[in-house]
Amino acid sequence: MNDNGKKGVRVGVYVCHCGTNIAGTVDVKSLTEYAATLPGVVVSRDYKYMCSDPGQELIQEDIREYQLNRVVVASCSPLLHEQTFRGAVAKGGINPFFCQMVNIREHDSWVHEDHKAATEKARDLTRAAVRRVAFHKPLEKRRVPIRPEVLVVGGGIAGIHAALTLANAGKHVYLVEREPTIGGHMAKFDKTFPTLDCAACILTPKMTAVKRHPNITLWTYSEVTQVAGYVGNFKVTVKRKPRYIYEDLCVGCLECIEACVYKQAKYPDEFNLGLGKRKPVYIPFPQAVPLVPVIDPETCIEFKSGKCKKTCVEVCGERNAIDFHQPESTQTLEVGTIILGTGFQVFDARRIPYYGYGVYPGVYTALEVERLVNAAGPTGGEIVLRDGRKPKAIGIIHCVGSRDENTNRWCSRVCCMYSLKLAHLIKEKTNAEVYNFYIDIRAPGKAFEEFYNRVAEEGTNFIRGKVADIFPDPDGSGRLILQAENTLLSMVQKIPVDMVVLSVGLEAQADAQEVRRLFNITCSTEGFFLERHPKLAPVNTFTDGIFLAGCCQGPKDIPDTVAQAGAAAAEALALIDTQFMELEPNTAYVLEEACSGCKTCVPLCPYNAISFLVEKKKAEINEVLCKGCGVCVAACPSGSVRQNLFEDEEIFEEIKGVLAYA
Amino acid sequence: MPEATQKVSDAVQDKFQPKIVAFFCNWCTYIAADLAGTSRMKYAPNVRVIRVMCSGRVDPQFVLDAFAKGADGVFIGGCHPGDCHYQEGNYKTLRRVRLLKRLLKEMGIEEERFRLEWISASEADRVRTAVNDMVEKVGALGPLRLGTPEEVFAEEVTVS
Repeated sequence: MNDNGKKGVRVGVYVCHCGTNIAGTVDVKSLTEYAATLPGVVVSRDYKYMCSDPGQELIQEDIREYQLNRVVVASCSPLLHEQTFRGAVAKGGINPFFCQMVNIREHDSWVHEDHKAATEKARDLTRAAVRRVAFHKPLEKRRVPIRPEVLVVGGGIAGIHAALTLANAGKHVYLVEREPTIGGHMAKFDKTFPTLDCAACILTPKMTAVKRHPNITLWTYSEVTQVAGYVGNFKVTVKRKPRYIYEDLCVGCLECIEACVYKQAKYPDEFNLGLGKRKPVYIPFPQAVPLVPVIDPETCIEFKSGKCKKTCVEVCGERNAIDFHQPESTQTLEVGTIILGTGFQVFDARRIPYYGYGVYPGVYTALEVERLVNAAGPTGGEIVLRDGRKPKAIGIIHCVGSRDENTNRWCSRVCCMYSLKLAHLIKEKTNAEVYNFYIDIRAPGKAFEEFYNRVAEEGTNFIRGKVADIFPDPDGSGRLILQAENTLLSMVQKIPVDMVVLSVGLEAQADAQEVRRLFNITCSTEGFFLERHPKLAPVNTFTDGIFLAGCCQGPKDIPDTVAQAGAAAAEALALIDTQFMELEPNTAYVLEEACSGCKTCVPLCPYNAISFLVEKKKAEINEVLCKGCGVCVAACPSGSVRQNLFEDEEIFEEIKGVLAYA
Repeated sequence: MPEATQKVSDAVQDKFQPKIVAFFCNWCTYIAADLAGTSRMKYAPNVRVIRVMCSGRVDPQFVLDAFAKGADGVFIGGCHPGDCHYQEGNYKTLRRVRLLKRLLKEMGIEEERFRLEWISASEADRVRTAVNDMVEKVGALGPLRLGTPEEVFAEEVTVS
């Protein structure tokens, strides 16, 4: 009786309390007693924390003492601790794949309140695992070699830092950025909170270091269009958009910009968010890397009419860097690991119509004000309104598009601090009256609270309340009136200001979903890329070999972004230096004697891992190419395609187990 | 075990509690169910999840077997179209499910007892609502009564 239909199977069942996480809902004692009665079970125990060292040692001792050859651990999700317990089982001296986990925490105790029902569910799931594990086979992990080259996508501070870290460690990095220059959002900032060091002063040396580094291939104005392969061996296709100026021929003298037939810059400049003007041939900002101008075919006369005097070509002379017919090119790369640092976009303030962004010229977003404050910005660092007036009173509205049921629910983490910084910079430059309208001031970082106090002491007014309306002052002065309920005074205040700064929140890039599909990763509900584990694997994704850095994973400030970029680089380095990665052995294989050669499986495989041996009239699966989805297994009419770890009989046993089928 | 019998009788007295077998793919729906756990969402305790790497691994036999072995409902959860971790496994699932639905109908198994849902890794709330909805609908139908082979035979003989 006690051999579960499989002779010689000796199962140990281990029920974890997880403190009260499981034991608070599931009756772990009765579950343990019940498990002991199941066929094949030799020993059944419960323990406070199975994943702890004593918990794992308990398993190892039992394996030796009771000659266990199967282990079932009823605890948390296998996605969290399967590796842990497989390791413990292996240390005990048996094949690690003789272990099966039962998820009685995430799928049971945490989602049910009824103790009886939760305990019953735990029993069913444990019974299924005990039945299943009897059919487990000894397996070995597959090893795939890891190419040492790394692709970093996104040239903001996250991508720059990750690329430099890897390159300094001697690895070759391809840094791909979609804009004409690297630098990202950080390049647009004036000062950084709370230390007020100048963003450009700390960023631009890193940008030039990227350009100079022999181990970094920098491709700006380029986009990844296709990703194939798997960890260790990704094949990536990159589209390189034409700048109409050859990077390798251009020396960065910028004479073409000077010589352009447009004597005055005429078109809204993207880098300055339309607050400044540029010519059809331009560089985004003076310290752009690479320092190679771009020609915008939308505004260039030569592109529009073909009748331009082409003074730019003339002045470029024998350098011959300008080519109006430069084609778009496609390059393919082979890399072992990928780091995504694709960043964020700021909330579109037009989505809150009563703030009048885009309607009242006096309403700005914080990013626009960053450019106004910046000495290299469109006004040379002078804070002037669109009509040229100098503001005497300025209102800064926090949480625009953050912590709001109607727009985005999350806190964007950086807005309080950058609002304080802008309040300080504006006050310093204009001595205007500054009003900060806030819900809560969130200043939880190193030296953040001190900075808040400093700004408050400088005389910035803090009004605790959400601005409900903005309207022009009826006196015709051109001022705007901010109406808010001051929740500390319990009264409605109307404050006239000349300039309104909307502290817009951070959200996922507009194309985050497409990028996610491209790299085969997942997004969280908010649209940011999802990390493998919020605490224990914060830079990993569910796809091996692809790591996250910076705001593409969620809003964060520069120090956190840099820390995360370093962590992502370290994860990539760890893989590269191990030279191989162990993969789950859940591949499919063909039982040749049972295969009828019907070829049903062959076209199903998305990875072309199945080939048909014409002479033998049998299907064959290439284990290296197989990713272990099991689609072919389910389709095989003769049951001759099988899958390690997910064998038919293992799943049939689970079905019987959960249904208590005798 | 007297306690266990007590439990069963309670359940029977209260309300019919359907048993639902679920096959969740490792990359989307299983993670969503984990997330429902870490978010401490509460849902009906009637579902027993079996993890597969891809919903495309769900052999129609698994579904039929689950019904045959006493499941009142079967639930398959996979990644949204276009989001499959294995590129297109979920499309294979969809094709099989459509065929299987017709087969189940022929067998007299009500449509509500077999469900396919696309639930991405972030949609924990969808796990909750889909499970609750299915438990309610299958609960209203009552237990699945598949005749024993003898009964089926007898019925076939008498009908003609």
